[in-house]
Amino acid sequence: MKALSQKRRHPLAAIALLLMGLLLTGGLYAVATTVNQAKASTAEFSASDAEQGGKLFAANCATCHGMGASGSQAGPSLVGVGAAAVDFQVGTGRMPMQMNGPQAYKKPGQFNEQQTHQLAAYVASLGPGPSIPEAGVLDEKGDAAKGGELFRTNCAMCHNAAAAGGALTRGKFAPALADVSGKHIYEAMVTGPQNMPVFNDANISPEGKRDVITFLKQIEANGSPGGADLGALGPVSEGLFVWIAGLGVIIAFTIWLTSRSS
Amino acid sequence: MSAASRAEAPAYVATTKTGRFTDFVDERVGGSGILREFGRKVFPDHWSFMFGEVALYSFVILLLSGTFLTFFFDPSMAETHYAGSYTPLKNVEMSVAYSSSLDISFDVRGGLFMRQVHHWAALLFVASVAVHMLRVFFTGAFRKPREMNWVVGGVLLILAMAAGFTGYSLPDDLLSGNGLRIIDGVIKSIPVIGTYTSFFLFGGEFPGTAIISRLYTLHILLVPALILLMIVLHLFMVVVHKHTQYPGPGRNDHNVVGYPLGPVYAAKAGGFFFIVFGVIALMAGFFTINPIWNYGPYDPSPVSAGTQPDWYIGFVDGALRLMPGVIGNFHFEYIIFGHVLTLNVLLPALVPAGIIFTVLFTYPWIERWITKDNREHHVLDRPRNAPTRTAIGVAGFTWYCVMWAAAGSDLIATHFHVALNDVTYWLRALFFVGPFIAFAVTKRVALALQRKDREIALHGRETGRIVRLPHGEFIEVHAPLDEYKRFKLVGFESLAPLPAQPNEHGVVDRKEKRRAKLSQWFFEDRVVPATPAELEAGHGHHEAVEAGESQKTLSH
Repeated sequence: MKALSQKRRHPLAAIALLLMGLLLTGGLYAVATTVNQAKASTAEFSASDAEQGGKLFAANCATCHGMGASGSQAGPSLVGVGAAAVDFQVGTGRMPMQMNGPQAYKKPGQFNEQQTHQLAAYVASLGPGPSIPEAGVLDEKGDAAKGGELFRTNCAMCHNAAAAGGALTRGKFAPALADVSGKHIYEAMVTGPQNMPVFNDANISPEGKRDVITFLKQIEANGSPGGADLGALGPVSEGLFVWIAGLGVIIAFTIWLTSRSS
Repeated sequence: MSAASRAEAPAYVATTKTGRFTDFVDERVGGSGILREFGRKVFPDHWSFMFGEVALYSFVILLLSGTFLTFFFDPSMAETHYAGSYTPLKNVEMSVAYSSSLDISFDVRGGLFMRQVHHWAALLFVASVAVHMLRVFFTGAFRKPREMNWVVGGVLLILAMAAGFTGYSLPDDLLSGNGLRIIDGVIKSIPVIGTYTSFFLFGGEFPGTAIISRLYTLHILLVPALILLMIVLHLFMVVVHKHTQYPGPGRNDHNVVGYPLGPVYAAKAGGFFFIVFGVIALMAGFFTINPIWNYGPYDPSPVSAGTQPDWYIGFVDGALRLMPGVIGNFHFEYIIFGHVLTLNVLLPALVPAGIIFTVLFTYPWIERWITKDNREHHVLDRPRNAPTRTAIGVAGFTWYCVMWAAAGSDLIATHFHVALNDVTYWLRALFFVGPFIAFAVTKRVALALQRKDREIALHGRETGRIVRLPHGEFIEVHAPLDEYKRFKLVGFESLAPLPAQPNEHGVVDRKEKRRAKLSQWFFEDRVVPATPAELEAGHGHHEAVEAGESQKTLSH
């Protein structure tokens, strides 16, 4: 104790203290953030999956993402993005990217399920990250009403309250969510693809994500009770419809009614 | 004596029971006189004259469907938990107004259909009012003696927008709440009185608990009553002024050529009501409008993408979207004596709408001042025969459409795969240059059409028959028009610029000089209709061509 108090005026004491503080906060942060990562285990992937994935990666992805997925000028590093990010980006066809642009477009997938799985295994082996969600949260048996509230508060400002999609700045956009699988919706929430923010488990719990997916699937299954939904785009499509179809038909009738005379 | 006069036999005794009954009523209310007067009113027939009718019928349909909705709608902002049959909103906390709107949609028999009839009819109502107004403007039907009826029509347009907006807000869903929030912001941006007005309107801080019931009273009582009053005035003036007619043989400013109201026109108009009703019912039956269940209950925190007002408020929303927050280092917000003056809300929200309605209301007097035309006009102008007026109208319409398009800028961006920023930049540019381009193009097109009319009137129409003349030249034979068709092309008045006139003191004042300049601008480019002498010359000329003898005829 005496030795410690004698050394407290040592020139390096301040540096040592700073180091200890940084270590402590960094360690705490690391613990806190891993809580958010949905079980970043690679247990479901075999070593051969990762090895095959590595080959696929080198052949198809490394041009932009760099050898070892360490990133390049053309694409970000994929160390630590997790299997969920790969499953979403490759599974929806967004990667490999069709063309350079503000945002990758959804297109028919370029890899089959097994290859996607192998790519995910490879990227997951590079560092811990969000993993592919388990079936339990994708059963679409959550509380749709709660999911609706979560959706309106967290998602509707970009994706539209009816999940019809919306515009973002400079050519970016939030896509419509009809026909998107529950798994991909979940993965998008935990990884924040393109311009989407990450909704980690501290932000929306897995239970909440299950509710959101339930809500989206339920409104999709409900269809449109009032007839054709005109794209569910709100007053703009309604206005266009009344001017073109509504007034158009009425003008046709007026011409018919007055065609016999003058 | 009294006994004798009491027993005096009536001049006419009906033979049938029905006859005696109608005679009884007629003697007391004078129905046959009214019927004789109105039944003989002559209305000219043209499809473009029917938009006012469409508006009237939509309004009747609005009254009928709206009455049905009031049976089930509860404009209370009290909190409740939804217990109806739409499961994605089960147990969600919401206002009674929203809950009852959902009940109308899902739990009242025929409720959703009636809601959709009401909303589609509302969109069609304002659209037909707008098209009617455009028709009146472009054909010059607002000229003497109809200036006041034009103003009544303008008031009706504003009332129709007010009726629409108050109704749009009633379901208290997320979309309408977002709309109200924008209105609240606009009101608050008005200097000095803004905040007080907002607090007065909402009964405290937005959103409060009073606004829905207040809007409801306005929507079902005050605004429809005012609309009815204005419709009565509007139709009264139509009867007083008689209907206008398009130019044609035998038509002038002292007659009306068409069918009498009874029986032909009454039958047509009555049938047309059911056509309009049918079209609206089909739209309501097959196409969703305002799916309030998608939007969820209003809560000031969430804002949905794609939040727009109904089309008739769109141009104001578009102007707000076009306004930049800052330009370089230039800010639009000032703090004056501790009060914030927010020009980037105030300017776009009030100035374009203010300009549009000011010009709209005063235009008949502006044109009257420029032309000094004090005559009554019952024969309409074909739009091409008033090139400057038509160009002004199209310029204004273009300006409106730029703002209108801006209200859908996000959907333009997503659906045409362009950047939202670029859409905004282009629309900002068009906001300033669009009207000028539209003016120039329209005026040139109108003048070109007039020249074409003149050409056809003078030389006849092209027959497509090619004739070879003896010396080898080929010409196309032109066939002369019949007189009815030719009248349409030459029977109009082409106003010339009116130079500055001295006033009663013999002085040309500055105002008069300005007027003369405007008159010059208005009428300097003009195509004079072919005169009878020219027609005669042209006609002879053609006979000569067909005879194929004169060298002069080769100048085709």
